[in-house]
Amino acid sequence: MDGGGAERELTAQETALYDRQIRVWGVDAQKRLSKAHVLVCGMNGTTIEFCKNIVLAGVGSLSLMDDQTVTEADLNANFLIPPDESIYGGRSRAEVCCESLKDFNPMVQVSVEKGDPSLIDGEFLDKFDIVVVSGASLKTKLLVNDNCRKRSKHIAFYTIDCKDSCGEIFVDLQKHSFVQKKNGGETEQQELTYPSLQEAISVPWNNLPRKTTKLYFAMRVLENYELSEGHSPGKTTLSDIPAVLAQVKDVRDKMSLNESQVPTALMERLLAAGKKEHPPVCAILGGILGQEVIKSISCKGDPIKNFFYFDAADGKGVIEDIPTPPPCAN
Amino acid sequence: MQAAKVLMVGAGGIGCELLKTLALSGFTDIHIIDLDTIEVSNLNRQFLFRQSHVGQSKAKVARDAVLKFRPNINITPYHANVKDSNFNVEFFKQFNVVLNGLDNLDARRHVNRLCLAAEVPLVESGTTGFLGQVTVHVKGKTECYECQPKPVPKSYPVCTITSTPSKFVHCIVWAKDLLFAKLFGDKNQDNDLNVRSKDDSNSKTDVFERSVDEDLSQYAQRIYDHVFGYNIETALANEETWKNRRKPCPIYVKDALPEDAVQLNGSSKDHKNEEHEPSAMVSLGLRNPQEIWSLADNSRVFLEALKLFFEKREKEIGNLIFDKDDQLAVEFVTAAANIRASSFGIPLHSLFEAKGVAGNIVHAVATTNAIIAGLIVIEAIKVLKGDYQNYRMMYCLEHPTRKMLLMPVEPFEPNESCYTPLVLEVNTKTTKLREVIEKVIKSKLGMNLPLVMVGASLVFEDGEGLEPDEAANYALNLEKVLAELPAPVVNDTKLTVEDFQQELKCSINIKHRDEFDEEKEPDGMVLAGWSGPVDKQVTSNGNKRSVPSSSSADDVNSTAEDVSLKPGMKRKLNEILESHENSDTLQNKSDVGSSSAQLVEDDDDDLVMLDEDPKQGKKKRLQ
Repeated sequence: MDGGGAERELTAQETALYDRQIRVWGVDAQKRLSKAHVLVCGMNGTTIEFCKNIVLAGVGSLSLMDDQTVTEADLNANFLIPPDESIYGGRSRAEVCCESLKDFNPMVQVSVEKGDPSLIDGEFLDKFDIVVVSGASLKTKLLVNDNCRKRSKHIAFYTIDCKDSCGEIFVDLQKHSFVQKKNGGETEQQELTYPSLQEAISVPWNNLPRKTTKLYFAMRVLENYELSEGHSPGKTTLSDIPAVLAQVKDVRDKMSLNESQVPTALMERLLAAGKKEHPPVCAILGGILGQEVIKSISCKGDPIKNFFYFDAADGKGVIEDIPTPPPCAN
Repeated sequence: MQAAKVLMVGAGGIGCELLKTLALSGFTDIHIIDLDTIEVSNLNRQFLFRQSHVGQSKAKVARDAVLKFRPNINITPYHANVKDSNFNVEFFKQFNVVLNGLDNLDARRHVNRLCLAAEVPLVESGTTGFLGQVTVHVKGKTECYECQPKPVPKSYPVCTITSTPSKFVHCIVWAKDLLFAKLFGDKNQDNDLNVRSKDDSNSKTDVFERSVDEDLSQYAQRIYDHVFGYNIETALANEETWKNRRKPCPIYVKDALPEDAVQLNGSSKDHKNEEHEPSAMVSLGLRNPQEIWSLADNSRVFLEALKLFFEKREKEIGNLIFDKDDQLAVEFVTAAANIRASSFGIPLHSLFEAKGVAGNIVHAVATTNAIIAGLIVIEAIKVLKGDYQNYRMMYCLEHPTRKMLLMPVEPFEPNESCYTPLVLEVNTKTTKLREVIEKVIKSKLGMNLPLVMVGASLVFEDGEGLEPDEAANYALNLEKVLAELPAPVVNDTKLTVEDFQQELKCSINIKHRDEFDEEKEPDGMVLAGWSGPVDKQVTSNGNKRSVPSSSSADDVNSTAEDVSLKPGMKRKLNEILESHENSDTLQNKSDVGSSSAQLVEDDDDDLVMLDEDPKQGKKKRLQ
């Protein structure tokens, strides 16, 4: 990340527009935001919420990568695409979303990056400080995460996915230093070290605390199933349930987990979800991710480490730290 | 979803996010009320609005923006105040659920009562910085919004403001509600500022009056010397006050600006100022609102701003009310507060910070509003399905508690009676009816158009449709002390107060008391038995209804799994949440921001209030 602190003062326009949020995170953080470059791969209900949030926050630039052509199904949870075929017809999701997003804050540069996240090389990534991937296969997620980690520039990596009324966010900030406010107003410098996505998901399940959120396990099962069957994300349906449950049983036996830790009902929900995204859940996940990215850019506030889950069924928004640090650390 | 008719109250931070999410979630019939127009500072989060919309109705613009991506749904906007009489019980009855996105306690209470009367479920919400919450209120199934005590706006004793400030906010209140008001506001208003000059303690001259043709610079310096010099010296003469307190230092222009003497004459220096937006900062070349000015610079700003008001905005003088978006007013108040702070050894603040305090600005970001909007819709859907077992109060936290950033809590059960018998202690021989109505009936009880009866006699009524002689009679009654009303109100008298629109009625038993502590009871009256919003300075009655708390260590250590609480555990969660709160939102430091502000659901307009009747109490006024 660029050295923080001020080479330039905020303009009068910025001060007026950002007044209310500067009162939350301060001028220094706002300046850092204005120098940050964000890449989002995959435009869907949750990422458009995220994009709205960071454009309003005033990042330096936002690049959108999604070559898929807009279809009617996309109109469902997407308020950036006007339901007018003469406007969206034949164009990529990134293009149409880009147009709408520019409107939200003229001070932010919003642009389209053509391409496929699974094909981007390291040098390309150097343009960015933050990379967000959504709706991608496990293979792609691992690849991009790995590429981010290989750069000498510090690039923060996130995934975000919504399955109907629940969802997951993954955070990898590598080594991250930040300032934390304590009760009584003084601040304290802290540092966290994050595992890569590969490291995190490789932790044997029987090493994880019993009460680890079930969604973690369920998402991994789905990911692996998609990988083994060559399904693109969201293409697995309820008809696959017997095969999926068989895999679940396999893993559970190996790891001595019981049924309640990876409930059948939850797997059914995920499979039935397909690519559906429940708009309130998109707003919640996109909001949480927005906050996380702002914290990461500003180096202020304790970031999530390293998974976040929300499920509308119980209303809980839970952080899981995987691999869990040993009790005496921290 | 399709068939549901939803009312949204508020089209601001939460409102924009909520309207968007409702539309995407399949709602097709949405009504939205908001009295506000769009301002630039809204645009960082109220994303349905653009720069070109500044000045237009929020409700209307929000509707137009959402129709762009959902052209076939019905959105009915009302650019109006939800307290208007046409939004009556009949109006509320047409909705399946009401969703609040308000920013003040007063309106929330009003809506709560109408929802209770109309028997329509209400989903309440609020955000401040990174904190937010959503609560569900369904008559018969859960508590109503007012069943839990709410923090009310803080008010300060007069003497703290006029004589013994110890915090920056006290200086701001002095600068805004006393000095600014005295110089630029309505001349007929009571004002506690000492107006006698030292040369003339017996005369009637008001030092603040500018003599005909008096040189502006002279006038400005004269005012400066009077309020920061002479008044402080006078205060110092009263030894008693300062026995246990740090003594203030009087400051005169010649001390603060010794080298400026030459430039102090004549009119304001600048030619850079535009006619329509005069600014002392611009005149003086001070560019950074985040910078903390020296005493000297604050003094320059004070003098320059004062002069600019007279030079460029003379017509407004006598009618001005402080407005946080009035740059010159903010500059003046900042400078005045800072000079006073300097005198009393209180740390100075930047214009940015001062503006926040003086304008009661609530800090706000888009993300929290988006999250809360999502949570509101989830609860609204449960309400429409009648899924009452699953209603949850949702808390959005800044720091995780038991691994949770979003925490659901079961709603409390309904109380048997929201309003237990009320007792009001007051001096019936010196307190006017008007004060009881303003401070208790309208303010604490939140009634909008109250009716007050003593036995069978109607002593006051508010609202439309009054006959002229009735109205005149009530106006007379307002100015009478309680004991001298046509139906005298004395010790043990019972008042009946009612608000038809809110369908709320209660009795207040009056107890006469001669004296009140000016510091602890600045209103000069004390209400007990009120389990609604409670004044911070009075013991909360809410505690009396506490449920037995279980204090087993297991509660605190249990994991995120276990959030279905039994009644005893509910208190514990509130305690956990409270330990995350920093109750003094007013101690903002410029760069750090106060994101650990109170977990309050309401962003009160009037966070800083001056006690309205400075004539009460025992302390002598400064001569």
